[in-house]
Formats: sequence, C-alpha cells, structure tokens
Amino acid sequence: MNAKRQLLALTAGLALAGFSSFASAQEIYIPLISKGFQHQFWQAVKQGADQAAKDYKVKVTFEGPETEQQVDKQIDMLSAAMAKKPAAIGLAALDSKAAIPLLKKALAAKIPVIAFDSGVDSDIPVTTATTNNVSAAALAADKMAEKIGGEGEVAVIAHDQTSRTGVDRRDGFLNQIKAKYPKIKVVDVQYGGDQLKSAEIAKALVQAHPKLKGIFGTNEPGAIGAGKGIKEAKKTGVTIIGFDSGKAQKDMINDGTIAGAITQNPVGIGYKTVEAAVKTLKGEKLPKIIDTGFYYYDKSNMKEAKIAAVLYD
Amino acid sequence: MSQSNPSSSWLARLTGGQARQKLLAFASLIALILIFTVLKPDAFMTQDNIIGILQSTTVIGVLAVASTFIIITSGIDLSVGVLMTFCAVMAGVFLVNMGMPLPLGILCAVAMGAFTGCLSGLAITKLKVPPFIATLGMMMLLKGLSLIITSTRPIYFNDIEGFDQIALGSVIGDLIPALPIPNGVLIMFLVAVVCAVILNKTALGRYTFALGSNEEAVRLSGVNVDRWKVIIYAFSGGICGIAGLLIASRLNSAQPALGQGYELDAIAAVVIGGTSLSGGVGTIMGTIIGAFIMSVLINGLRIMSVAQEWQMVLTGLIIILAVYTDNLRRNKK
Repeated sequence: MNAKRQLLALTAGLALAGFSSFASAQEIYIPLISKGFQHQFWQAVKQGADQAAKDYKVKVTFEGPETEQQVDKQIDMLSAAMAKKPAAIGLAALDSKAAIPLLKKALAAKIPVIAFDSGVDSDIPVTTATTNNVSAAALAADKMAEKIGGEGEVAVIAHDQTSRTGVDRRDGFLNQIKAKYPKIKVVDVQYGGDQLKSAEIAKALVQAHPKLKGIFGTNEPGAIGAGKGIKEAKKTGVTIIGFDSGKAQKDMINDGTIAGAITQNPVGIGYKTVEAAVKTLKGEKLPKIIDTGFYYYDKSNMKEAKIAAVLYD
Repeated sequence: MSQSNPSSSWLARLTGGQARQKLLAFASLIALILIFTVLKPDAFMTQDNIIGILQSTTVIGVLAVASTFIIITSGIDLSVGVLMTFCAVMAGVFLVNMGMPLPLGILCAVAMGAFTGCLSGLAITKLKVPPFIATLGMMMLLKGLSLIITSTRPIYFNDIEGFDQIALGSVIGDLIPALPIPNGVLIMFLVAVVCAVILNKTALGRYTFALGSNEEAVRLSGVNVDRWKVIIYAFSGGICGIAGLLIASRLNSAQPALGQGYELDAIAAVVIGGTSLSGGVGTIMGTIIGAFIMSVLINGLRIMSVAQEWQMVLTGLIIILAVYTDNLRRNKK
C-alpha cells in the first residue's frame, strides 16, 4: 500500500511537471547552460534569451548550477541537454577546459555551440557573445577624464591579476588614459577582490596620494570598497567610477559617493546568444566574438527603462 | 528508533524489515525510469543519456556510501563534500606539484582522506564534540585549506598521463565497444560491493551497527567504543578520498571551491535508501539505489525541460515522501 501511495504521488508530480513542458516535434530547441540561475545577473541573461526565443519563434530553456564552483553539475546539465538532440546549444562555461570532451561530442553530432559570457579553450564554439571589457573600461576612462577635467592623478582598484575580465578592464582603462589623456597620471594599480580589501586600499591610496582625483573600481566589490574607503577617510573631491551594479553600488551612486558606473548588458548577452544560434542554423557566418554592449549610468539615467532593465540589486 | 531495545536485536533488525524498504526504493527507481521512458523515449532511453546518468551518480554515490557508515552509527558527517575536494586538491599536490608516480599519488590522496576522517573521529571521541559540530568545523577548516593550498585556482592534471582515464576511460568499452561504460561507474559499484561486504561480514560493520543501535550497551560489554568510532570515521574518510579522485579525474582538475552542498545530496541518497538517521539501520545497496533515484529524477526532469525551480521542488518532495514511507513501516513494528 505504501508502495502504491509513493508511486501515485510520483506519477502525479511528474504529470504536473510534464504538463507545461511538451514542445512540438518540429520546434527549434536551444538549451542555454549558464554559470548560474539564482543571481540577478543570470536572471537578466535569461530574460534576454526568452525575449529572443519569442522574436525568433524558437524554444529556449535556461539552466545553471547553484554555485559557480559546481563544474561537475554543469557538465551533467550539458550532457542531459545534448541527449535532447537540440538544434544548437548555448554555454557559459564555468571551467574553460572541463567541458571540452562534451563539446567534441556536440561537434561530432553537428550541434552548433554558442559560447556566452566567457569563452572556452577551444575552437568548437561558433562564436562567443560577451561584453567587450576593453572598450567598456575605455568608456570608464573617458567618463573619468570628463569628471576630473582632463588632468590630475587617478588610481585603479582592479579585482585580480589573472582573470580575463580583470586584465581586460585594467588594461582597457590604462591604455585609453595613455592614448587620449596625457595630462592624467595613473599613480597606482592595486588589486582588491572583495569590498573590505578594496576599502583598505582606497584609504591607503588617498593617504599616499593626497592630490588623488579619481579611482576606477573594476568590479562591484572594487567600486563599493572604494566608496566605503573614501567615506571612512572623510575625503572629498575623489571621483569614483565603478563597474556592474548591485544595491550598495546603486545607493552610492544615488548619494553621490560614486559618480557613475559601467554596466554590462546581461539582457543583451542572452538575446544575442539565441540570435546567434538561430543565425548559425540558417547558415549565416558570424564573427568569432559578438559584443553584447555596455552602458555608462549615473544618477541622471538610472531610472531610464533601457538602463533599469540591465541593473540588478 | 528506540534506544531501549536490547542490543542483541541489531542483528535481527539487519536482516528483517530492510528487505522491504529496499524493495520499495527499488520499485520507485524502476517506476521513475518507466515514467521518463514513456514520456521521452527518444531522449531518455538512449545510450548516451544512460551513460550520462551513470556518470552523474558516481561521485554522489561514493560519498553516500561513505556517509552510510557514519549515519548507521547515528552520527553525521557534514564534511564529506569538502573532504572529497580536499583529497582532490591533495592529489593535485602529490601528482602535479610533487611529481609522484600515479599509483603512489592516488594512494596518498586516499590516505589523506582517511587521516582527516580519523581527526574528525578523534574530535568526536576524545574532545567530546558532537558529530554535527565536529564535522561542521572540519568542513569549514578543509574548505579554507583547499583554497589556501591552491591559491584559489584549480590545479589541472593535463600533464599527468592516464589521470583522466580513472573516471573517464572505459575498460569495458575497450573489450566490448558497444558498451562504453566509464571506469568511474565501475569504481562506484566496486566501492559499493566492497563496502557492503565490510558492513555485513566484518567486525567493522558489526560495530557500526552496534554503535548506532545502543552505544552504551556496547561500551558496557567491554568494547573500546572510541577506538571503533575513530576507525569508522577514518574508513569513511578514505572513501571520500576515492570520491575526490573520481571528481578530479572527471574534471581533469581539482576545483578548490567545489564540494560544499554535496554532503546534503549524499545524506539525501542515504536516507532515501532506507538508512535511518537515528542509527542502527541501513544498507549500502539501499544507498546506491537512493543515489540513482536522485540522479534519474534530476536527469529525467531536465530531459523533459522542467524549469529548474520545479526540479528542486520535486526533489524535495521525493525526499520527504521517501522518509515518510520509511517511518510508516517503522511505526508498524
């Protein structure tokens, strides 16, 4: 009797689950395997993917592991997605090497793979839809120059020395300053990583360079930490340009601690990934990298629909 | 599980009653497979997908076997997931950084697992820290150590000839090309069979059940309870070491921040398989079936494109349902 009850409940549960998920056989199906799904950033990517699915009349699913460390679970997801014989696959790989055996299988099965957010160490993906961090950081440099009047001392709090995004944002900023603003001097590049460390670095920076006019924080903790450090040091007249969003950063932009920040366009990442898959299936040739765009935002345009849609708390 | 039962009844309990729970769990697994096969025959019942399911069960399956021993003693080990990672990291240190030969590196990584398990056992028996707290502390400690040792970056095994073959190679596939079952799956079943024999036929197994049924009675009958507990935790730690090698081989890298949360999947598999959290009752076969129920369920829901949020809801319901039916059976006795 227990067995019966258990089976009954199982069947009921599955029937319920199956209800919403039957797709017609001819429909073009594109699963997106992401780095996560709970974080606001990934929900925004999903939103863009869903929009593209509607526009191009394809079926899209979106899945990602619970944390960005669960490389094995992401591979299980990719493996299950491939069993469904999809038309194409979107993948934001957690580890640039671990997924390669499965990608080779996809290649053999002629399933095109579109990488998004970050690439993999392989030629298999048709294209990679991602933020051009070099140009995004160059825009940060332009905004910094504009705010401090094109001259003076600035510093960078980068998030690390090794990751692709860390290197690209640092160098994008430094090269733009060097090329376009000869009167601006970058006095220091420090590596924070978390809010607390970045705050300590910011405090030390204003101690060491009393004439410092600006700090560029290359990611969310870097920008928030810079804001906290400047506040704790009770220093005024330092312009902070940040990156990404998050509630604390948005609050600091609203109260004027941070002048403004660059935001990636996660909605665009999702949209372009699905669009690239559809184009590939139609036989169109795509560039190796698709820039999904970025915006500069501050107090004045934060509420605009285009900007508000890509900011997260 | 009432502690007032005479200690002599653990043997009776081992043989009686459990067959039914095992049967129930097995029937549920078959039912799940049938349901998914009927709903998605062209995707679920394919060789690639079945191998995918087997592959995705290996690590949690082996961790669940390790947890089964601890849970039967009425203890709990929250550190199995990060201990697995720690052993993977140590395998990286031994093989990549120190350049040990492959067999020696593997042996040392498993030994590290046993040693760490031994430390948990000592904290529980000698320092009288409850298992929940001792292994919680161990979990945090090991996670930190893994990050420190690797400077938070993965260690890659690309240059270690044959390392990825541990989990991904296929001895069976070499003999019978139509059956490319990965070695990792074989290792899981091998670990399960060996552990089932140890649990049922050796002194270690007897004391595992006895400690969970009535620790006081065992102590009064003159057995060195503390020593056996430490041995059981060390044994379980060694099995976590095997899981560490499996995941490292599968990913061809030791990912230092991975592993937290896996202990809960392992505990869920153990419980679905009919092992009681109050100790004294449990089987390895039940645990393996439990691990398969979890992985088949998740794979099947994915194949059916059920939204991820609903996958979690359904998995949660299944766990509660499984333990509920187990309780019904227990209360009838």
